[in-house]
Amino acid sequence: MEIFKSNKSYNFMGRRLPFLGFSALLVIASFILLFTKGLNLGIDFSGGTLVQVQYTKAAPVKDIREILNSDIRFEKSTVTEFGTPEEIIIKIPSITTTLGKDIGDDIREILKPTGEYEVRRVDMVGPKVGDALQEKGIMALSLALLVILIYVSFRFEWRFAIASILALIHDISIALGAIVLFSIDVNLDILAAILTILGYSLNDTIIVFDRIREGVTTSKENELNKVVNESVSNTLSRTTLTSLTTFFVVLTLYLFGGEIINGFSFTLLVGIVVGTYSSIFVAASFLVQLNFSISKYRENEALKEKRSKDKDKLRAQFEQGTV
Amino acid sequence: MQFLNYRLVIFTLVTIFGIVFSIPSFLQTDDGKKISLGLDLQGGLHMLLGVETQKAVEGKIKSLAATVKYYTDNEDMLIEDLTIEPEQLSFILLDGDEASKLDTMFSEIKGLDINKGEDLIYTIKLTPVEVEIVKDMAVGQAVETIRNRLDQFGLAEPSVTRQGKVDIVVELPGIKTPQEEQRARELIAKPANLELMEVDELKSDQVYNLTAEEAQEMGNLILEDTNDPQIKYLVKQIPILTGSEVVDAKVAFDQQTNTPIINFTLSTFGAKVFGDFTARSVGKRLAVVLDGKVFSAPNIRERIGGGSGQISGNFTVNEAGSVAIALRSGALPAPVIMLEKRSVGPSLGADSINASMFALISGFVLVVFFMVLYYGRAGMISNVALITNLFIIIAVMAMFGATLTLPGMAGIVLTVGMAVDANVIINERIRELLKQGKSVHKAVEDGYKNAMSAILDANITTLLVAVILYVYGTGPIKGFAITISIGILASMITAILGTHGIYEVLLSKITKDKNLKKWFGVN
Repeated sequence: MEIFKSNKSYNFMGRRLPFLGFSALLVIASFILLFTKGLNLGIDFSGGTLVQVQYTKAAPVKDIREILNSDIRFEKSTVTEFGTPEEIIIKIPSITTTLGKDIGDDIREILKPTGEYEVRRVDMVGPKVGDALQEKGIMALSLALLVILIYVSFRFEWRFAIASILALIHDISIALGAIVLFSIDVNLDILAAILTILGYSLNDTIIVFDRIREGVTTSKENELNKVVNESVSNTLSRTTLTSLTTFFVVLTLYLFGGEIINGFSFTLLVGIVVGTYSSIFVAASFLVQLNFSISKYRENEALKEKRSKDKDKLRAQFEQGTV
Repeated sequence: MQFLNYRLVIFTLVTIFGIVFSIPSFLQTDDGKKISLGLDLQGGLHMLLGVETQKAVEGKIKSLAATVKYYTDNEDMLIEDLTIEPEQLSFILLDGDEASKLDTMFSEIKGLDINKGEDLIYTIKLTPVEVEIVKDMAVGQAVETIRNRLDQFGLAEPSVTRQGKVDIVVELPGIKTPQEEQRARELIAKPANLELMEVDELKSDQVYNLTAEEAQEMGNLILEDTNDPQIKYLVKQIPILTGSEVVDAKVAFDQQTNTPIINFTLSTFGAKVFGDFTARSVGKRLAVVLDGKVFSAPNIRERIGGGSGQISGNFTVNEAGSVAIALRSGALPAPVIMLEKRSVGPSLGADSINASMFALISGFVLVVFFMVLYYGRAGMISNVALITNLFIIIAVMAMFGATLTLPGMAGIVLTVGMAVDANVIINERIRELLKQGKSVHKAVEDGYKNAMSAILDANITTLLVAVILYVYGTGPIKGFAITISIGILASMITAILGTHGIYEVLLSKITKDKNLKKWFGVN
C-alpha cells in the first residue's frame, strides 16, 4: 500500500505565502484568545482545592450549588459535571493548611443531604506550590527552546534553527489557542502535553530538514525552491504515516482513556495535527523566507571538509615526523 | 547468508532481558523488581508538608529558659525577670559574685550568643549558625517523627521523605476511605507537645481578671481547661519539663471511671527534675498541659519519684491511642502545614488504570495492524521491534523501581506511536531505493545508512526535551519524561539495530523470493 508516490514532486514553496498567511491568521487568532479570554489556570498553577465526587444517581448539581453557595467558606466554589452525569468536580479557590481537618472533610460533611456519594479525589495545592510550578513550567519551556536552538544550529545551520523555532512557536501558540477556546483547565498534565508537542513537532520538522540538508548537498539542482519541494515531497509519505499512527493512538487515549486524561489527550491531538501541518507547509517556508542560500551552504560545507582534511593531513605529517 | 550477525545478537540479548525483567511486573509476582503503581492508579494519599521551622527556634529558646530556671533554682542563685521573646530570652542576675558560676554553666551549651549588659542583665540568643542547625534538625526530626507515627498507625508502605530544605513528602498508598485518611492526617499533625507546668498559686485568684498581656508581664500564661474552656489556669511561663523527656506512653484505663487515660514515663534526667520540683512544691498544683490545653492540675502531696505520670481527659479510645503514639514517637519540634495534597480513592485509581490500559492495548493493536497493511512483511519486522520496545520500557522501569503513574502510562502510549517512526523512515528509504532499481541487498543497506542522520537528530532533540522535562518537572511530569526517554533509547536498539539484524538474516530469502509486494508493499 502506498499513499503518496515518492517520485512526484509537489510545488509547496510556490504556494508558501498563502500557507504562511493562513498560519499567521491562526496564530494571531490564538494570541487574541490568549489575551482576551485567557488561559484557564487549574489548581496546579493557581492554587486551590478540587474535589471529585461520584453519586450513585445523577448528581443534583443545583442542590449542591445551593448548599455550597450558602456556606461562606465555599461561596466562590464552582460545580461542573465531569464525564458522566453522576460525577462532578467542585473547585474552591482557597485551601486549608491545617492537616487535621481540611476542606475535603468539610465538603464531605456538608454534602450529606444531597444523596449517596463517594469522594473519589481531593487535590489541594497551596499558592506557594502553584507559583513555584508556574515558574518551573516557564523555565522548562524556555530552556527547551534554547537547547533546541543550539543543537539545530550546530547540526544544521542557524537559519534551520530559527525556522524550526518559529515553527515550534507556531504550533504551541495554536495549541494554546485551542486550549483557551475549549476552556481546558491548564494543569501539570497540559504542560506535559505542550512539551510533548514541542518534542513531537520538532521531530517532524527535523526529519524534513534532514532531507533538505541532504538535497542541498547531493542534488544537482541549484534553485532552493525546487530542492525544498523535492525534499518535502519525498518525506510526505513518512510524515503522514507517522502522524496518522500517532494520531490514532492518541485518539484512542482521548476516546477511551478516561475523563482525567481528556485534557491531556485533546491537547496532543491538536498538537499532532498542527505539528504535521507545520512541518509540511510552514517550517520549510520559513527557511526559504529567511533567504537560505544553497551556494553559500555548499561553500561552507566544502570549507569545513577542506579544513578537516587539512587537519588530518597535518596530523599525518606530524605523526610521520615530517613537520 | 550469515545467520549470526552482531546486530541480531545484541537485539536478541536485549529482547531476552526485556522479557525476563518485565515478567514480575506483568504477573505482579512477589519476587523480583517490578513496577509499582503510582498513587493515582492504585489510590492513596500524597502530601507535601511544610515545617514552620521558626517555631522550632522559639521552642529551643523555651527549653533553654527551662534549663536556666532549673539550674538557678538548684544552685539557689537568685534571678529576676526571666522572660522569653520569640528569638531570645533575658533575665537579671541579682548577685554579681555568681556570674562566673553561671558563665561556666552556659559555656557547656553550644551555639549561644550571650550578651551581658549593665546591671547583670543577660540577653541570650542563638548564633545564626545554631539557628540554621536547629531549623535543619527540626525538619529532620519531623520526618523521623512522622515516619514513626505512621509506622505505628499500621498502614502498608508509608513513605516519608524530605524534599528541599523545609518540605516533607508523605505518601500513603494504603488509604482506603476518606475517614481513614483524616485519621492519618490528624495523627501526623498532632503536635503532642506535653508540658508539665507550675500553677502560680500566689496570683491564681486573679486569673479571670487578667488579660493575656498582663499575665505575660508577670511571666505567666493563661491556659484553658481541655474539657471546659471557661475554666482557666494561671501557670508559670517556663515549663518544668517538656515532652522531649518522655520515653514511653501507653493507653490505660482509669480504675474508677473506666475511661481511657495515658500513662507516660520520663527519662532518668526528666525523672530527677520532676522529683526535685515536686519535693520543693508540696501543696502547689502541677498542670499537665498537652498542646496548650490543661488536662489536669492535681495537688502535689509529696515528692514524686520514679518519673511517671498520667494524662486524663475526656479521651475516646482512638484519641488516647493517637496521643500515646504521638508522645512515644516524640513531639513535632515545629508545626507542619499542608502545602499540597492529592488523594485518590481506590475506585478512581482502578477506573484510570482500566481506561488507560484499554487505550494502550487498542492503540497498540491499531498500529500493529496498520504497519502490516501498509508495509507487508517489512511491517511485521517493525512490529517485532515495537513489541520488544514495550517489554524493554517495562523492564527498565522495573529495574529502576519506578512507579507507573497515569502520565507515565500516557508516555508509553505515545512512545508506541513514535517508536514506529524510525521504522517508517527506514522503510520509506528502502522503498525509494527499490524503485530506483537497486538490488534488495543494496536497498536495505543504503536505506539504513540514509535514514540514520534523520533518526539520530530527531531522537536526540526529543531526548533533550525529555531531559529538561525531567529536571524541571515534578512528580507526574518526571514519570512522563522517564518513560519517553527510555522509550526513545529502546527504540534506537530495537528499531535500528534489531530490524537491521533481522533483514540481514532474511536477505538471501528475500532476494530469491523476488516478491517485493509481499516484503515491502511496493510493486
